[in-house]
Amino acid sequence: MTTLSPERPDTVDLAPHVSLSDTISQTMTLAWRATVKMRRSLEVMFDVTIQPLIFTAMFAYIFGGAISGDVGSYLPLIIPGLIGQTVLTACVATGVQLRTDLDSGVFDRFKVLPIARIAPLAGPMVADMLRYLIAAVLTFTVGIAIGYRPGGGFAGVAGAILLAVVAGWSLAWIFTFFGLVGRNAQGVQGISLLVMFPLTFLSNAFVPTDTMPRPLEAFAEVNPVSLVITALRDLANRGEVTGAVGWALVGCAVVVAIFAPLSVRRFKKM
Amino acid sequence: MNSPTTQPAVRASGLVKSFGDHRAVDGVDLEVHRGEVFGVLGPNGAGKTTMLKMLATLLPIDGGTGEVFGHDVATEPHLVRQLLGVTGQYASVDENLTATENLWLFARLQGLGRAEARQRGARLLEQFDLTEAASKPISAFSGGMRRRLDLAASLITRPPLIFLDEPTTGLDPRTRGQMWDTIRELVTEGSTVLLTTQYLDEADQLADRIAVIDHGRKVAEGTADELKSSVGRSTLQLQLVDPSDLPTASALAQQLLGEEPTLTPESRRVTVALQRTDQSVDLLVALRDRGVAIESVTVQKPSLDEVFLALTGHDTGEDTGEDTAEDTADQPTQNTQNTQPQDMEASR
Repeated sequence: MTTLSPERPDTVDLAPHVSLSDTISQTMTLAWRATVKMRRSLEVMFDVTIQPLIFTAMFAYIFGGAISGDVGSYLPLIIPGLIGQTVLTACVATGVQLRTDLDSGVFDRFKVLPIARIAPLAGPMVADMLRYLIAAVLTFTVGIAIGYRPGGGFAGVAGAILLAVVAGWSLAWIFTFFGLVGRNAQGVQGISLLVMFPLTFLSNAFVPTDTMPRPLEAFAEVNPVSLVITALRDLANRGEVTGAVGWALVGCAVVVAIFAPLSVRRFKKM
Repeated sequence: MNSPTTQPAVRASGLVKSFGDHRAVDGVDLEVHRGEVFGVLGPNGAGKTTMLKMLATLLPIDGGTGEVFGHDVATEPHLVRQLLGVTGQYASVDENLTATENLWLFARLQGLGRAEARQRGARLLEQFDLTEAASKPISAFSGGMRRRLDLAASLITRPPLIFLDEPTTGLDPRTRGQMWDTIRELVTEGSTVLLTTQYLDEADQLADRIAVIDHGRKVAEGTADELKSSVGRSTLQLQLVDPSDLPTASALAQQLLGEEPTLTPESRRVTVALQRTDQSVDLLVALRDRGVAIESVTVQKPSLDEVFLALTGHDTGEDTGEDTAEDTADQPTQNTQNTQPQDMEASR
């Protein structure tokens, strides 16, 4: 019966706050939990497997001729664009899943444990980086299969994939916030799509922004999604770490700086 | 400020929680001593869970203060969380993980090393009789198994204070009995337990002291015995040998105790309310003097049901009726047939 014997309240070594290293290890433990969940319900992988397969081929063949004259010259433009779009779609699922998770009893326990408040939010997001990785790799693979020859070579493509994963994690904070604000999973899905579509289409993902009306073009140019996609193109097509990569990272940092504190504050109040 | 060793395990003063216009908890004071089981008794919707959630740092406190071992719940939530294990009304374990994985997760989150986490998890599973189900999905667990796993998860770090929110709601009688044994064991080991319940029987069985909560307010506090005697009026039951003595006994009771006795001729029984228990002696002596032969004598304290009725002006029956419906809906697993309401029905 020794297992039950409690610590004496006065001898428990109380920590005044959660240290950074504990925060990271708690986040990684919760990321492990999320990967176990993923393994057990593989349907959550549809949006990062089936969708890139279909969308990449579809977009290339449908818009290729109209936008760039032929499919081959559209690929360097559209493949990085599609990676941006797919990763963003995968971020929506991050928020929706968080909502579903919040409604299950286990989050009550997370809340009452002496762990960093950010860990239950950041944990699943770290695990979702795996999904962004799959999406980026698959999109490149399909692109190469239909004739895309990235000028940046292997290193450029690897860099682009890495950036896509980091960007996915950053942008997912937007949808994590919606996940915390929305009443239920459907609601979260609704708001997220409403935000995701303008972010995707008011960007340079599919078309050059200079064809857009002035106000839309202005938005499209500062849209973090555009910044990321430009950087992805520079990396994949030229193999260069250009200023665009820096701007993409700045854009991501801004998104995290706004939405991570908002999310944690909201989570604390729940 | 008291020295830490003399601080009560929980102290709440003037605790308030409002949802819109509705004051779910309306100025409750509580003091839970170390090493005791403190029961918060009240019907569903009385504010028990809300109160517990505030003290567990799960809900912001709207008014008043809460302290756990001298640490303020609102300003030092991180310290409070390190001293506390909470088992909620509905099992808060991860449905997607196995029992072993659940305990591993919660152990690792609380800073246990890999080896220790594995070891403690295995020991707890054994202790809670879950070893066989250790690698089964939680969805295959019965209500009682979930509840046990949930309690096991709360005990990983051996917290000195444990909150149990309606620990046996929706459990079948056998599982309920096991849960009670486990709770008693916790206390023998030195834990302090704050439990909420809507079952008078449960409070009576487990709690050293009980606070009765109704409509967000504390309406009484004390040991089960104190509560019962505060309502006063034990009853004396006499069974006579000869039914023809009934009128004599009835007249004597009326004369000596000033109360109208109830007669049950079929079982030769006289029942009469007592202002004080020792009054029964007067009646017994008088009966012997008249040569009335008595087969059996019992003095009964009022049940907690009667206490509750007297304190709140309504019994728990209606509320419990709703609860059972809810319980069945919320606990899709087996064993939701719950004997409590019938027990109370019978004693009413």
